[in-house]
Amino acid sequence: MIKKSYEEINSKIKNGTAVVLTAEEIISMVEEQGIAATTRKVDVVTTGTFGAMCSSGAFINLGHSNPPIKMSKIRLNDVPASGGLAAVDTYIGATEVSDSDENYGGAHVIEDLVAGKNIRLQASSYGTDCYPRKAIDTLITKDSINECFLFNPRNAYQNYSAAANSTDNILYTYMGTLLPKFGNVTYSTAGQLSPLLNDPYLRTIGLGTRIFLAGTEGYVAWNGTQFNPSKPRNEKGVPLGAAATLSLVGNLKNMSTDYLKAAVFKNYGVSLFVGIGIPIPLLDEEITQFTAVRDQDIQTSVYDYGVPDRSRPALKTVSYAELKSGMIELNGKKVRTAPMSSLYKARAIANQLKSWIQKGSFLLTEPVAPLPSEANILSLDERR
Amino acid sequence: MAKERVLLIFSTETYDKALTYHLIHDCNVKINILKASITPGKEGHLLIDIDGSEEDVASAYQYLTQEQIKVVPANRQISIDKDLCIHCGACTAVCFAEAMSLNRDSWQVEFSPKKCIACGLCVNACPLRIISIAGDNLACTMVE
Ligand code: SF4
Ligand code: SF4
Repeated sequence: MIKKSYEEINSKIKNGTAVVLTAEEIISMVEEQGIAATTRKVDVVTTGTFGAMCSSGAFINLGHSNPPIKMSKIRLNDVPASGGLAAVDTYIGATEVSDSDENYGGAHVIEDLVAGKNIRLQASSYGTDCYPRKAIDTLITKDSINECFLFNPRNAYQNYSAAANSTDNILYTYMGTLLPKFGNVTYSTAGQLSPLLNDPYLRTIGLGTRIFLAGTEGYVAWNGTQFNPSKPRNEKGVPLGAAATLSLVGNLKNMSTDYLKAAVFKNYGVSLFVGIGIPIPLLDEEITQFTAVRDQDIQTSVYDYGVPDRSRPALKTVSYAELKSGMIELNGKKVRTAPMSSLYKARAIANQLKSWIQKGSFLLTEPVAPLPSEANILSLDERR
Repeated sequence: MAKERVLLIFSTETYDKALTYHLIHDCNVKINILKASITPGKEGHLLIDIDGSEEDVASAYQYLTQEQIKVVPANRQISIDKDLCIHCGACTAVCFAEAMSLNRDSWQVEFSPKKCIACGLCVNACPLRIISIAGDNLACTMVE
């Protein structure tokens, strides 16, 4: 049994001798050289994903004006942001929509901040003895505010179901435009390159794990919301549906609009494309085996989004190899498939992270604490 | 001589009037149907090449207009702000003409203008809103 520690791997990274492959490259290496040799030779595998992640947002400290104001109603470029966080702290959610333009929302404010643009801040207050001011209308940029960090409660879904539409009408969803009568199928996971599919039991990903987040370094802050590691798994340990998620944090001021993009889904609303890459240290052979997962080893279910019910029926189980081929069979018919997340960008992220590690500028972290190994999702029942 | 590629949009009622027959017979133009998509009781889309003398092509246009058929010059089609494209693939989900397609090696989205029938579905499907149709705001009227 080969065993490597975080310290050993980090000292190799520091002296520039660490061997780093992406989650796609590791597949052929394992096929050619086997698990043991690969584990001996390779130190880190980098993953990547670039998809719309609605549960995203940013904390901002706006700084105090003179005279000071305890902001209770806040708008940034006409998008409502959260009041109720002391005097000048706020949180802007990615999916919050502008009061004046349905095609502009919190995600756009976040992207515009990263781009260095001016953002109009309007805030009002009831006025207190210590915060006498009642209104302010000014401009801010990322350089004029104090802290500004992305804090995303639920990102990087470990697997996600694919979508189809049985009805006679076009459906506009967060899974894209679904054509009537099963005219297409959409899916949204990077498959064999996706972070949490390469470490299905989260052996190396936990609290405090340093990651690539939107062009800079970020951290795993907590398990993501709706975290559900108890989902059924296949023989490779891969969950068959939406399972683990991550809560992520990182300095927005250092992020890049190449990896953070506001999106508008017709009749659904605004969302934010977030670029995430997670390095996985090859500590032992089991982890190498996990990172060698291929698209044909990962399955998901196709759901009918034409059924407006929480328990919509699964139509079929398919692998990502089938989904990525561009065509699957559904009800005996060939149906076109299309991704919603960018594999092109996911690759760029895995490669960027790889080069940071090769250059010695990105060290790996051992989790401060593991994420829960069991959890269940509760649904909201109505009662009085 | 003139050869023009146009997209005809009509209610299926109009279609019953055998419009291609009229164009060929009365306007003396050659018609080549490249793509047809007709939803009964709703809307039909017909992508055609009209071939004939300048005068005959003009008379074909006149006939189509008088029949209240929307004529969209397909040469003018859609434009994409390629620099902003993130290659998500959302546009390929709706492009039944396969003008928008994913290169399955590079996973970049490629656009083949020749295949595009200017149906406009990709305009709203693109989450970055970087696809537009030159001319009037045709996309919305066609899709809904
Ligand atoms: S308008 Fe868009 S969806 Fe329609 S054929 Fe052209 S590229 Fe395809
Ligand atoms: S939907 Fe828009 S951003 Fe996505 S691949 Fe197509 S053109 Fe590019």
